[in-house]
Amino acid sequence: MSGILASMIDGLLVGAVYGLAAMGLSLIWGVMDVINLTHGSMIALGMFAMYLLFGAIATNAYLLLVPVMGAGLVLGIVVYWISVHRVVGRPMLMSLLSTFAVNMMVIGIGTAIWSTSPYNVNFSLPGITIGAYTFTGNHITAAIAAVVIALALQLFLYRTRTGKAIRAVADNREAAELMGISTTAVLTIAFGIGIALAGTSGALVSTLFPFTILSGATYQLKSFVVTILAGLGRPFGALLAGVLLGLLEGVVTPFIAVSWIPLIEFGLFVVALVAFPQGIFGRATT
Amino acid sequence: MKQVTLLALLLILLVTTGFAQQTITIGFTVSNTGALNVDSTEQYRGFELWRDQVNAAGGFKAGGKSYNIKFAKYDDESNSKRVQQLYTRLILEDKADFLFSPYSSPLTATAAVVTEQYGKIMLTTGAAEGKTYTLGNHFLFQMFAPGPEYLKVALDALKAKDPKATIAFVYEDASFSVAVVTPAKAYAQQLGFNVVFSEAYAPATTDFSAIIDKVINSKATVLMGGGHYADGSTLARQLYGHKVPLKMLTLLVAPDSPKWVELGDAAVGITVPSQWAPQSTFKVQYGPSGAEFAKAYVAKYNDAPSYESAGGYACGLILQRAIEQAGGIDSAKVADALNSTDITTFYGRTKFSTAANEHGLQVGHAMILAQWQQDKSGKLVKELVWPLAVGKNANLVYPIR
Repeated sequence: MSGILASMIDGLLVGAVYGLAAMGLSLIWGVMDVINLTHGSMIALGMFAMYLLFGAIATNAYLLLVPVMGAGLVLGIVVYWISVHRVVGRPMLMSLLSTFAVNMMVIGIGTAIWSTSPYNVNFSLPGITIGAYTFTGNHITAAIAAVVIALALQLFLYRTRTGKAIRAVADNREAAELMGISTTAVLTIAFGIGIALAGTSGALVSTLFPFTILSGATYQLKSFVVTILAGLGRPFGALLAGVLLGLLEGVVTPFIAVSWIPLIEFGLFVVALVAFPQGIFGRATT
Repeated sequence: MKQVTLLALLLILLVTTGFAQQTITIGFTVSNTGALNVDSTEQYRGFELWRDQVNAAGGFKAGGKSYNIKFAKYDDESNSKRVQQLYTRLILEDKADFLFSPYSSPLTATAAVVTEQYGKIMLTTGAAEGKTYTLGNHFLFQMFAPGPEYLKVALDALKAKDPKATIAFVYEDASFSVAVVTPAKAYAQQLGFNVVFSEAYAPATTDFSAIIDKVINSKATVLMGGGHYADGSTLARQLYGHKVPLKMLTLLVAPDSPKWVELGDAAVGITVPSQWAPQSTFKVQYGPSGAEFAKAYVAKYNDAPSYESAGGYACGLILQRAIEQAGGIDSAKVADALNSTDITTFYGRTKFSTAANEHGLQVGHAMILAQWQQDKSGKLVKELVWPLAVGKNANLVYPIR
């Protein structure tokens, strides 16, 4: 196996996790036109949730994704009612400031509890070796988990009543109200799902790399790039865009120093904004 | 009679004033939070053990006076901006008589600007970058052997084992690591090694997959580099997880920490250039022996001392000796005493350069190479493997995989 191919596979695997991280941001932004600046801190909380659960329960870390997701859903509902409900539909600056404030509170409390020292989830699965290259079991499992969750979300949005209601509100909130859909309930659930996805992606990342309470910021930035690439309100598109981003990293890094990657990613961000203003996969239609 | 009583009183006053306990305030910052927390804490423990031993003995005597030690310390959060603020505060508000450095080269470089500005003596430890001493200082004194010395021991040991090894350098893009690796690359080529890959990674990197793929592609048999504990331990874990077929893996700083055993199988065989090891045996001219220091450290902290801890303790010891030699805490006299220091403690030889273009650079202390090996019961222990004459040695395990 050549080094470039190995690098591309590594990129694909981690890209799936980027995509999962971005799905939550994309869903919230697409449904309620709120740029959720708590996204990064929620990813970090997901990391610590996995760390605490794994420390308490000696089991396969990936089985703990279920309670992390559940906790994320509940937390998302709480955050929605505290900081988002009253600013939905109002100028975007208000939701930016509101969610930013929650973000700073979470980071402040997290720093007080855990400081900014790095933590690890010491769990590993056997990998697959092809030639000189080994793909770790954790990377493979995290990527599979990301795809499964994305498919589950897609099924939820297209095959369940609640999911269809979320799509209806995303398309046209007023029309949805007229059809008898409780938009408040829908927005609450959508925000909860968005936070659950962020937390779950954080939990997956914690099984791959060390982390601190500040680690969510890096994935938040990647989530913005991925969301713009995919188009708003296209969660599954976000997964695909995340994989594309990971693939780009994998293709480029054999030829340049890895420290140039952020420059390339954000250059791509600007190009995508100019060339594909609706995103590669288009915006959710009305 | 009245005159005799007055004379007696005067004598008593003179004697008690002469031996009245004076307090020396030593100021420094510790990285209680942030990426440097592990290494900085170990350094602080060295300072603390020295202080506690001095105070428990009733202080030390210099120039007819007795001195005990008080610390003024703050959390620098592993952040240069905080170091700048806090060292100013230590000097102006806490009225520190002397300073110790924070942990790490960049934080020490920041602190040095402040301490030089105010003309305060600072002993630096945990900071190997030599550039700080070339900027024209008068009051800096470096305890660590400087950066260019670090990987020489690893390369010398490798030359003796496998002169045909191919080397990859993967290191943190920060002042310390760059100061270590840049001369190391030149030295490797001088020894006849083929350097097949070299790349620096951004500080706080957590995903080394791309770099690891490049290392595999380069067919390097030896990897040297790293930075500090957080990135070094992550790199070691990921190299192990990717089953990279390295015969020797030398990482800076991180493997010297007792926490290294937490890496489990990923820790085995890793070598680390070290400023000191408990197995080192020197003819001690001042202070405790290595065994006495290690015993006291283990008794207090229930943990083995790292070289950061040894450097911290030696910092205090050398300052104490300089104050004794100076007969007091007058900065100019203490600086003169430090300039003329050439002494061997449990930590090894300490001598500071007095040349104007590198004042305070450590020119007496030599590095050693340690390796994590499994003993007969399978327990991980850190053994001294190079140079062969420094102390109780084990053989370098090569290849490690």
